[in-house]
Amino acid sequence: MYSQKVMEHFKNPHNMGEIPDADGVGTVGNPVCGDLMTIYIKVKDNRLQDIKFKTYGCGSAIATSSMITDIARGKTLEEALKITRADVADSLGGLPPVKMHCSNLAADALHEAIEDYYKKQKSKEVTK
Amino acid sequence: MFTPRRIYMDYAAGKPVEPRVAEAMLPYAKLSWGNPSSLHTLGQEAKRALEEARGRIAELIHAEKKENIIFTSGATESNNVAIKGVANRNKDRGTRVITSSVEHMSVVNPIKNLTAKGFEAIFLPVDRYGFVLLDRLEKELTDKTILVSIVFANSEIGTIEPIKEISKIVHSKNAYLHVDATPACGQVPIDVKNEGIDLLTISSNDMYGPKGVGALYIKDGVRLEPLLHGGGQERGLRSGTENLPGVVGFGKAAEIAKKEMQTSSTRLEKLRERLIKGLIKPIPYSFLNGHPTRRLPDNASVRYNFIEGESMLLSLDIEGVFTSSGSACTSKTLEPSHVLLALGLKHEEAHGSLMFTLGKENTEEEVDYVISLMPGIVKRLRAMSPLTPKELNN
Repeated sequence: MYSQKVMEHFKNPHNMGEIPDADGVGTVGNPVCGDLMTIYIKVKDNRLQDIKFKTYGCGSAIATSSMITDIARGKTLEEALKITRADVADSLGGLPPVKMHCSNLAADALHEAIEDYYKKQKSKEVTK
Repeated sequence: MFTPRRIYMDYAAGKPVEPRVAEAMLPYAKLSWGNPSSLHTLGQEAKRALEEARGRIAELIHAEKKENIIFTSGATESNNVAIKGVANRNKDRGTRVITSSVEHMSVVNPIKNLTAKGFEAIFLPVDRYGFVLLDRLEKELTDKTILVSIVFANSEIGTIEPIKEISKIVHSKNAYLHVDATPACGQVPIDVKNEGIDLLTISSNDMYGPKGVGALYIKDGVRLEPLLHGGGQERGLRSGTENLPGVVGFGKAAEIAKKEMQTSSTRLEKLRERLIKGLIKPIPYSFLNGHPTRRLPDNASVRYNFIEGESMLLSLDIEGVFTSSGSACTSKTLEPSHVLLALGLKHEEAHGSLMFTLGKENTEEEVDYVISLMPGIVKRLRAMSPLTPKELNN
């Protein structure tokens, strides 16, 4: 059912874990639907210096989470915001059609994390 | 250490054909290709084999006589003809059909199909073990009810329904009782007369017979109309030239099941208990689905909190262990199993279910090997899950 690439990332996911002092955190999905992803980012000079994930879900949910950390690491925030669900699926050699919508949430989680970073920066400026 | 290449624990999804069954089928595929409807010798040989197989099925379920059995293409067809056939033939008496919320899709969907044609369907709730609530059945059973369809034992959770009690209630009104015995037949004794069953669905492959064959027991006096119209085979209830090699294999499988059921079920029950204990005891937040004792000998259905079934299934597959999951990800509908939800489980609990169904070729060594894998798999996936409580990851 899954490509070899999906299985590799499922077996040995990259960058799994939390960043306790993350600059931005994004969570998407819902355990009711069977998928929940959290992406943690560390930002330095407008670039994603570090990125980690935690995911509850099926094989493709875990593989897409792992893949997006690889794609996004080192990118500028603007570049990272342009990463789409399709980019993630393509990098994994494709996903089964039924998984394209439910379990391909990693790009959304990354975008949420970046939005969260922007929001925190703004509130820092206000308190200054 | 014991490291086998492949461990199959998904027997409810499909079973190998017993070697003795395959042997019995072979002559009817190769040499005796006659049509049982033909009057010449070759046809009559085929007819004899067909009737002998019918007799074996009748004996297995203690039917009054072999003529109460018709052959079909499998359990799905048997369920369809029982439900639609009875409903359509008896709509002058009423239009209410009652079933449970833990039925197979081949019961659920024919009944849903009937509702589009003016019938009224009632899906009875079950308790947390999956037992049909009998007081609800009594309440819903009106004079206008023509059919009640209840599974003998559910393949996902293993729970064996109190069919005899259900039958008494159903027959207190003028309704027929159809029982889907697909996963149960061949594993647990079934006596249609003693249980009070009017129609019974049986599948060949579920008893280690070939796929593509099934049967329906129809008690004398039950009125139903056929799904397939044609040459009038099977007493006019199922037209089409009989699948003789399949039927002969099915008959042999029934004969073996009758003889060996007790020994093999006792063995499976022991393995099942060992597996359930080993899957649950060493792992926190793990639970059994279904009833602890009133369950099919082959079924170990468990669930683990904070993680999802497909990822467990894949992890086991990597180790060469084949199972099923009740999670949305393994279904076509993206919904977790309706059976698990009917037990009152939350969606996220149902998603975390894993179904092991054991069979003839499983050994104690295999069970122990699976038990040894599970804590590591659960731990790894829980470490990844944002739902896992912190103390569990230490």
